[in-house]
Amino acid sequence: MGQLKLSVNGRAVSRDVPGETLLVDLLREHLRLTGTHVGCDTGQCGACVVHVDGRAVKACNVLAHAVAGSQVTTIEGLADGGGLHPMQQAFNENHGLQCGFCTPGMIMSGVDMVQRYKAAGRDLDEPAIRHELEGNICRCTGYENIVKSIQSAAARM
Amino acid sequence: MSTGIGARVRRKEDRRFITGKGRYTDDIRNDNQAYAAFVRSPHAHAAVKGIDKAAAEAMEGVIAVLDGHQLTGDGIGNIITGWAITSRDGSPMNIGAWSALATDRVRYVGDAVAVVIAESPALARTAAEAVAVDYEPLAAVAQPVAALASGAPQVHDNVPGNLVFDWEIGDEARADAGLAAAAHVTEVEISNNRLAPNAIEPRSAIAIHDEAEDHYTLYTTSQNPHVARLVLSAFYNVAPEHKLRVIAPDVGGGFGSKIYIYPEEITCLWAAMKTGRSVKWTAERSEAFMTDAHGRDHVTRARMGFDKNGRITAFKVDTIANLGAYVSLFATATPTYLYGTLLSGQYDIPAIYGTVKAVNTNTVPVDAYRGAGRPEATYLIERTMDIAAREMGMDPAELRRINFIKAFPYQTQVLLNYDSGDFPALLDMAQKAADTAGFAQRKAEAAARGKLRGIGYSTFIEACGLAPSAAAGSLGAGVGLWESAEVRVNPVGTVEVLTGCHSHGQSHETTFAQLVSDRFGIPIENISIVHGDTDKVQFGMGTYGSRSGPVGMSAVMRALDKVEAKVRKIVAHQLEASEDDIEIVAGEARVAGTDRKMAWHEIGLAAYTAHNLPADMEPGLKEGAFFDPVNFSFPSGCFICEVEVDPETGVTEIVRFVSADDFGTIINPMVVEGQVHGGVTQGIGQALLEQVVYDESGQLLTGSYMDYCMPRADDVPSYAIAHGCTPSPNNPLGIKGCGEAGAIGAPPAVINAIADAIGTDDISMPATPQKVWEALHRARPAVAAE
Ligand code: FES
Ligand code: FES
Repeated sequence: MGQLKLSVNGRAVSRDVPGETLLVDLLREHLRLTGTHVGCDTGQCGACVVHVDGRAVKACNVLAHAVAGSQVTTIEGLADGGGLHPMQQAFNENHGLQCGFCTPGMIMSGVDMVQRYKAAGRDLDEPAIRHELEGNICRCTGYENIVKSIQSAAARM
Repeated sequence: MSTGIGARVRRKEDRRFITGKGRYTDDIRNDNQAYAAFVRSPHAHAAVKGIDKAAAEAMEGVIAVLDGHQLTGDGIGNIITGWAITSRDGSPMNIGAWSALATDRVRYVGDAVAVVIAESPALARTAAEAVAVDYEPLAAVAQPVAALASGAPQVHDNVPGNLVFDWEIGDEARADAGLAAAAHVTEVEISNNRLAPNAIEPRSAIAIHDEAEDHYTLYTTSQNPHVARLVLSAFYNVAPEHKLRVIAPDVGGGFGSKIYIYPEEITCLWAAMKTGRSVKWTAERSEAFMTDAHGRDHVTRARMGFDKNGRITAFKVDTIANLGAYVSLFATATPTYLYGTLLSGQYDIPAIYGTVKAVNTNTVPVDAYRGAGRPEATYLIERTMDIAAREMGMDPAELRRINFIKAFPYQTQVLLNYDSGDFPALLDMAQKAADTAGFAQRKAEAAARGKLRGIGYSTFIEACGLAPSAAAGSLGAGVGLWESAEVRVNPVGTVEVLTGCHSHGQSHETTFAQLVSDRFGIPIENISIVHGDTDKVQFGMGTYGSRSGPVGMSAVMRALDKVEAKVRKIVAHQLEASEDDIEIVAGEARVAGTDRKMAWHEIGLAAYTAHNLPADMEPGLKEGAFFDPVNFSFPSGCFICEVEVDPETGVTEIVRFVSADDFGTIINPMVVEGQVHGGVTQGIGQALLEQVVYDESGQLLTGSYMDYCMPRADDVPSYAIAHGCTPSPNNPLGIKGCGEAGAIGAPPAVINAIADAIGTDDISMPATPQKVWEALHRARPAVAAE
């Protein structure tokens, strides 16, 4: 399949991986960025959400070679430097996580929806957040504090 | 800001999770990593005539293909159940043998017959498909009632009629007399839908065998690593305990499903020894649906009698509980001592009798899932109360109120002795928060919009804090259910707490630290919690049954008592004061009324330098404790749910959900509320959305998130939570436990609300739009005709 070149968390990556390699496997197994999780095999849970060229993508549903040349951001690369992104901060402040397994996907989806709504000049209210979270499953939190976290981060982003 | 008991301390563990630095089992990879894939039965029931491994073994990258004959030949023991139940005729239960890899017969779809070890997960999976198993399909039975019918297919030859046990609790003659004397008898037939626990992190295991030391290490998604080590060692003969280290690192939710020691962990350990490689297995979600222990799956007929004033005279219950193909670790305790003992609910019931027939079927094993037995009891009681209220023309809240237990301790007719509670206060609190006074107006407004609005109550009690060891032992438990703790004050004054509990979302790294911060006034950053590794932590029983607070934290409190006593002695000696005059406040110990004091780090240093300790005192500052509760704890609550049903579509919207809970003392309200949110959401999932479906031939029809409907953010409302508090008198903190309340109390509140909205009790879980629409139209054909 040849050399795959892309940028992950701002760093140029060049890897020789088979054509059938999923983006999530490239991240987890080849680059050892294990913050991106796998919670299902049908593209339903959202534990694997990363950003590809600024848009939320389910990394279990995309071949690595399909994003050649793209800028991929994972949970590990979300914050600048050593600090926390406002969305990460908000999840801590609002108890938006329990076991933490869905959390990277929730945070990446949260950032994406805030950016999209801001760009479109739309109000991201509670019903909108709940609707936007359609593709992310959490079994622990009952979503209440995830919704609050995204709302509070939206005010600061 | 306080970081002590009762403070909303933000979680210390969050940082690694929100930055992607959590360390879950599947994130770990060893140098000589190999990968396991299981060859699983596509049949619900079949004889295994032969296994042809040749094609798989010949594939490049395949290290080994191992089967059940090799496993049992190496002396790996059968999988056990931990609680012995005696049938009402005095006979012991009947248990069919369960090997980690089936040898001559498979008994559910997903039952493993062989394992492939290969250089990559993909290679292992491909090779597993190339293993040719010669199955001879047998007739199968999947439904619990059908399994008891005469002539039903036999799951195990040594379990006649598929009946594992036929258990009873209470006094039948007394219950019959109470029903005979009743002015009104309500009869119900209720099923409790089968659920898949669905922790979002799939199960995973990594086994390592160090040949030189003959030592094993197992990384696993476990709620109770020490119990896993004990069972793997004592029963499965994998390795003696001192040669087996079990580590449960970050674990992504459990809800009961990660209590058990599954075939995959056993097989990986054995395969690591066989191949000399580290063996890793991670379930795919479809594998999780097939092989994780499911929950609930009861069918019950019950009768409740009332006198002319609405006081309950008796309750008689007959339940059939599906245990699946094999009897899992807690599977026998769940429908008996965690179910039958709860049949009194919050009510003063003078006569109760229950029977439980536990049956084998050709489905994956059923075991404890969040609430375990108590949701089934609560759903039965709380639906019965509502149906009775409608039949007798009474207000459901008032019917509950007049039957509430009002004085404690209260001895129920089904073994438990409730220690504390204030049920009328919780009902008042919930009614106020839910503005029940305004309900009639809201209903009228909804009707004007063409919606049917209904209100539903659930007033419930749980027995948590598992469990008093001697009592559990007398009822058949194979283990004690105490908990342990060790508190180490380091020479620099920082503190480590080692606990046998395990946090897989419960926030122990924060809440356990709050106990220490509260006691000594030291900063929470200087305290760390160690758990989940049998090489680091003394023996402990793990986390389930809302036990970490009432049992685990109690052990920490006892260890803190011992540390505090030693600190007082050291400080009194060094400052030449009386121990009684020493006050420990804000990270200092001082002599009351003077300016003589020692800072916390000075105390730690004094203990370890040992230059000036009282005569006969050992150096160091480290104490351990085991806490064995004298009773269960009894959290209680009142949930009120309001729904709007669209009669056109049958769609139910939950428009209001109020929870008034009594968890006793609360360590961190933020964490407790989070537990309620999650539990209630699982309860709403059960009530509206979730159901595992096996067809009659035992094929699993709900094997992915496409067919099994998980609650998502827009399926649930925002919750209103209020707390009452009657502290438990039976542990040092007065704590009762909060992990399961939501899942226990929510389903009947939701279904009662729907029944109220549509005016019929002819509705079952999950109340899908189709079911609600059909019930509505059965009950009100006129509406359908409009
Ligand atoms: S792992 Fe990608 S959606 Fe579930
Ligand atoms: S925090 Fe556990 S799945 Fe969301």
